[in-house]
Amino acid sequence: MCSVDRIQIDGTVDLPVPFTRWFAEKGWRPRAHQLELLSRAQGGENMLLIAPTGAGKTLAGFLPSLTDLVRRGKVPPGSGFKGIHTLYVSPLKALTVDIERNLMKPVTEMGLAVTVENRTGDTPQAKRQRQKLSPPDILLTTPEQVALLLANKEAERFFKDLKYIVLDELHSLVTSKRGHLLSLGLARIRRHAPQVRTIGLSATVSDPMDLQTWLVPQGETPAPPAGLVHVTGGAPPDITIMGTEGRIPWSGHVSVYAIPEVYEQIRRHKTTLIFVNTRFQAELLFQTLWTVNEDNLAIALHHGSLDVGQRRKVEAAMADNKLRAVVATSTLDMGIDWGDIDLVVHVGAPKGASRLAQRIGRANHRMDEPSKAILVPSNRFEVMECQAALDANYLGAQDTPPVGEGALDVLAQHVLGMACAEPFDPLELYDEIISASPYADLSWEMFERIVDFVATGGYALRSYERYAKIRKQEDGRWRVSNPAIAQQYRMNLGTIVEAAELNVRLVKPNAKGTVGRGGMSLGKVEEYFVEQLTRGDTFQFAGKVLRFEGIRENECLVSNAFSLDPKIPAYAGGKFPLTTYLADQVRAMLADPKRWKALPDQVRDWLEIQQERSILPRQDELLIETFPRGKRFFMIAYCFEGRLAHQTLGMLLTRRLERAGARPLGFVATDYSLAVWGLDDIGGMIGKGRLSLSDLFDEDMLGDDLEAWLDESYMLKRTFRNCAVISGLIERRHPGKEKTGRQVTVSTDLIYDVLRSHEPDHVLLEATRRDAASGLLDIARLGDMLKRIKGHITHRDLDHVSPLAVPIMLEIGKENVPGEAHDAVLREAADELIAEALS
Amino acid sequence: MHRLGLAARSTVPTGLGSGTEDILVHGVAAVCDPLGGLYLPDTGMLIVSDLHLEKGAAFARRGMMLPPYDTIATLNILAAVIARYDPKIVVSLGDNFHDRRGSEYLPENLRALIADMARGRDWIWINGNHDPDGTTDLPGTSTDELFYGGLIFRHEPSLISGHGKTRGEIAGHLHPSATVRRREKSVRRACFACDGDRLVMPAFGVLSGGLDLRHRAMQGLFNHDALVAHLLGRDRIYSVRYGSLLG
Repeated sequence: MCSVDRIQIDGTVDLPVPFTRWFAEKGWRPRAHQLELLSRAQGGENMLLIAPTGAGKTLAGFLPSLTDLVRRGKVPPGSGFKGIHTLYVSPLKALTVDIERNLMKPVTEMGLAVTVENRTGDTPQAKRQRQKLSPPDILLTTPEQVALLLANKEAERFFKDLKYIVLDELHSLVTSKRGHLLSLGLARIRRHAPQVRTIGLSATVSDPMDLQTWLVPQGETPAPPAGLVHVTGGAPPDITIMGTEGRIPWSGHVSVYAIPEVYEQIRRHKTTLIFVNTRFQAELLFQTLWTVNEDNLAIALHHGSLDVGQRRKVEAAMADNKLRAVVATSTLDMGIDWGDIDLVVHVGAPKGASRLAQRIGRANHRMDEPSKAILVPSNRFEVMECQAALDANYLGAQDTPPVGEGALDVLAQHVLGMACAEPFDPLELYDEIISASPYADLSWEMFERIVDFVATGGYALRSYERYAKIRKQEDGRWRVSNPAIAQQYRMNLGTIVEAAELNVRLVKPNAKGTVGRGGMSLGKVEEYFVEQLTRGDTFQFAGKVLRFEGIRENECLVSNAFSLDPKIPAYAGGKFPLTTYLADQVRAMLADPKRWKALPDQVRDWLEIQQERSILPRQDELLIETFPRGKRFFMIAYCFEGRLAHQTLGMLLTRRLERAGARPLGFVATDYSLAVWGLDDIGGMIGKGRLSLSDLFDEDMLGDDLEAWLDESYMLKRTFRNCAVISGLIERRHPGKEKTGRQVTVSTDLIYDVLRSHEPDHVLLEATRRDAASGLLDIARLGDMLKRIKGHITHRDLDHVSPLAVPIMLEIGKENVPGEAHDAVLREAADELIAEALS
Repeated sequence: MHRLGLAARSTVPTGLGSGTEDILVHGVAAVCDPLGGLYLPDTGMLIVSDLHLEKGAAFARRGMMLPPYDTIATLNILAAVIARYDPKIVVSLGDNFHDRRGSEYLPENLRALIADMARGRDWIWINGNHDPDGTTDLPGTSTDELFYGGLIFRHEPSLISGHGKTRGEIAGHLHPSATVRRREKSVRRACFACDGDRLVMPAFGVLSGGLDLRHRAMQGLFNHDALVAHLLGRDRIYSVRYGSLLG
């Protein structure tokens, strides 16, 4: 925890002796914001600390508990049961492990009689059991574990002595369903421990007041918002965009072209952290780096699909400064304080200015020295995006998403959990729930529907009373029907729904061609990916090229393949859409040739040719290009609203084009534009007045067309699946618990269809629609765009593809061509297209 | 979606010969109906398979409250296909109920619906792996296998193919479906899978999913050169050779 100034102590500070002595021995002195937070928390305020990375947030967060524990002193042996004193919650398991390591250091050095333990999904059962009987003073854990502890009969005993709750990385927690779950947990904890104070730690956010209210009880008599300590400043980071000799690709998300330059940077720095946006990029980049690693530098890989043991090893090696570089995804996004990182390389566009700031903060964990970072865009639009993000970071722009309304599926999970803890009185529980800020506006009617849903599914046809999961007792309280329900709750708890995954195990095939048992577990891979493999196929995983040997029970057996040309696992998800703020910046840059000076020659040339061949849209303008290619007619809309909003727009536009008789065949969406293609000459139809662009892009598409599409959309089914799992309607799939052979499962798509045709107002459909509007479909953003472009649509009917269209044209068909032929086909297509666009 | 759409339509099309496909199974004439039933005109027999009635309730018994509307929806389609052919015999080819307790706990109104449909005809419940013990308090006879009119009826297709044993076998269990891909679009539908020697029925129940014909569980069952997937379209059967499914 090297988070305090290395300045000679020159005065007295209001701290217990062991602290002053410790600081003095180190030659450090606590910072002003640490002391301010300490005294205000001691004064009984709930607190929010907003500070840039390296400002000593963690120590600040723990000072109130540590000083309080020191005053308490050692608990004499034989004294009665004592519940935990401080609860620390972080969104990442890795973070709790890291904090334990960092917290133990001062505790040991000061010789404090304080016990610190972590508890995550990886903690062995025996240790978790022991923690309930003999809790540590400080427990470091995750939102899921908090929910588990609260759904227990012993919850009150465990939490009644709680003084402080420290919530780390609060800005990232509150915007997700995990944050909703945690807010409900906090509301319950306050019942057990009314004296408890919250301390939120956060990176810079757009609206601190959101977090200040989140930290305190709401409801009928809301508490005053948490006090705010806002640390600004710190040295501005030193960020550059990687210059390259290689050709910057037109499209795609891998930055392999820049590998030689990235490798050179690793050589020049002590420890480099390389951030990528997806696991796929991580695997590929890691593999490619090793092909050029002539000096055998210690370069490691870290992403969420890797085995826990593997990840811990990398983390430990990192902390000991044994690594020269780590390629990582968002699993390392947050405040992990490891080793002496002196360079952050960000591969691919950061997609959001706040995200970039957060990741860059990983370098040089001291606030007063500038962090050093290099951005490596994967394609030409990303070059502009990186430039925009770079400008934004200097301006301190913030684009964190707002704290949303609490999700209903999470609420259903919580209600069942509370019944598992002890029978609940519905009025009391309702009051408790609306004290959690995301649920402050929950109506009593909706709460009743949720309780009914938890009990019997909430159907108008009441045929499941005899199977009810929770029942009303004579005293009006609800209890769980039987212990098996509580067990089911524990197995299904949590808000993260993963696609079905298989464990990947490395085995050695013997001479007879059969595979042996045992071998190292490498991590997990999605089932759909394994299903398309046949024995002998090779793919890349955990930084190795592996040969698929077969499936045994729920394990995917692989051997080392001595091949350099693998099939690569494509991981769904993990791509963040471009934020509104950055999109604005990119549009502004595109419209202003003066700003192109900052861009590399290749990108500038590309924009200049576009200006000759077609036009570049003004910042408030929507450019539509149409052109024939092959036997198809294409329409490209340059909206710059992010992939999700474009996907929704694509679905709606194809419906409308179909009605207009343009016979559309398909569409593809990127963060920057949308391409629709069909059998009829869309451009000609617009020219002849048979198709009106202002009608096509009218806001009214968000009415009936949206409704009609939602009814059959696949995306909504995926959202529904998540809601069904989180709300407890169906069980999670548990590795190792599946029956052999065909699983007894039910398709959530079918359940969705049944509900839609028989009970369209069902509460879970309501939950799904709410989720989709704010999440996957990005309807709000699409709505804003349609408003903005009204009367500002410019159409260019071209003879052939334009330079600006090349990136998205290269995305077409990518998903349809599987396997290794992929690259060759794409390369061929790319060369043709580019030649055509520049001719 | 498709089957639920059918169930939800206020009038399911009746009348013979609309969108059906006439085929031969081991020399016996058969009619594949887009509603998911197989009619044998020579014997007046209607076959349906994998109704999985009370699937929602079966899950509810285990704490998962699936919508309780699946049974009525499946029975509505069954009533329509029975009305269309007025068969002498109805064979339900196993997995009639989703679990062993399904028929015992069947709500009375649904029980009455089945009794109405069975009136004036023979009804045979073939036992499936989900409901091996037969049915409780329902009309008809329960059995594991049926030999009739030159055909063998059983729930699970026997594994040894190419021998006399599977000639003329009508089975269910696998819920076959097939994907047809043309241009950029692909469509997946439940199907009758028949290579002339044996036929595997599509699942009739609205809550039962499908298993693709290319899945490993389907391997070795059919002569792929002769295999045709008869897909259940909205109002008609689409017959596509196995080799032409993906265009």
